[in-house]
Amino acid sequence: MNELIEKLRKKYPIKDEVYQRENLTFVSVEKDQAVDLITHLRDYEQFSHLVILTAVDWIEENLFQLTYLLNSPSKKMDIGVRVMIDRSNPEMVSIHHLWAAAATYQRELFEMFGIPFPDSPRLKVPFILEGWKGMPPYRRDFDTLKYSEETFFPRPGRSKKDPAEHMKEMMYPEENGSV
Amino acid sequence: MSLQDIEKRTATGPDGEKIHIDPLSDYYSTAVPEAYENHSGIIDKFKNWARAESLWILAFGTGCGAIEMRPLMTPKYDAYRYGIQWRPTPRQSNLFIISGYLSTKTLKRVIRAYEQMPSPKYVMGFGSCTINGGMYFDSYNTINRLDYYIPVDVYVAGCMPRPEALLTGFDKLKERIKEGRGNGANEYAEKFDWYKKNQKKVIEDWDMPDYSW
Repeated sequence: MNELIEKLRKKYPIKDEVYQRENLTFVSVEKDQAVDLITHLRDYEQFSHLVILTAVDWIEENLFQLTYLLNSPSKKMDIGVRVMIDRSNPEMVSIHHLWAAAATYQRELFEMFGIPFPDSPRLKVPFILEGWKGMPPYRRDFDTLKYSEETFFPRPGRSKKDPAEHMKEMMYPEENGSV
Repeated sequence: MSLQDIEKRTATGPDGEKIHIDPLSDYYSTAVPEAYENHSGIIDKFKNWARAESLWILAFGTGCGAIEMRPLMTPKYDAYRYGIQWRPTPRQSNLFIISGYLSTKTLKRVIRAYEQMPSPKYVMGFGSCTINGGMYFDSYNTINRLDYYIPVDVYVAGCMPRPEALLTGFDKLKERIKEGRGNGANEYAEKFDWYKKNQKKVIEDWDMPDYSW
């Protein structure tokens, strides 16, 4: 795995390597280098299988993190390519020309995070949320509780406890003077 | 279906004649459902007994509940001895079992299937998810009360209930029908506007006829 990373480093400005396991490593790369690197991995390093394409919302840094997880059946190793994109203008180059299945992941990301992948096939066809209007639900500033209470019909009689307070009471009752 | 399927359109026939098609009125019935009459005489008692003893199930296996139904078909539990059997289509069944969580996308299919069932029809909500959302509480796309969208006769609580609980649920439903309280289809017809209002509040892209039997 180390040899592969050293080899890649000569060609691409990769950084922030995370050696998760012996056969799993994550690398970060700039947005404009990402598709080049993924194409290189597929065509020259036998990473022929796209395992998943997923996103993380780093709302505090105003970034979306895309993770392309690639697998090589012949080398028996995985590599994750992390790309940070601007959250206020999220747009990424599509990779459906490399794997046709990527179009489905991109469709899901467009629906759940609102990340557009221009020219990706059937991108705007609803995937799970039919007729969804408003903010995509996987963005962290989407208020799920508020949406649920407004849209659905919550059954009355439900009580809630603050998890931190509840555990404190359960585990250290003497501090509250209840014993 | 999509919104295009119910839009009005013009087709050209083999002789060049223009044919105007309005799918909503040409292909579907626009009549709202009507309540059927219930008497309390001996004939109705006999009818209710017959209905209770021949529950034909349309199973909507959205979640893990579908797995609990399979043992009932096997010799160990053998629900067939109670006159209960599973059918492949809504047209042949009178008991609709919703066995798990419903997202707004599946709710749409549930409503269509429910409306295609012939009256009298009964609904069983199976598992916590149909009662209050279960483990999918406060979700952005999972409904939390089934009885706001279609009339429910019996709820079976649990996450997931065992097959024995399902058999108890059948017993309760039978009692209910024999007492003449299995009037879900009538309730749906009488409060049709209220049910449609709730359904349309959740289902944003309403691309089907309002009533489609």
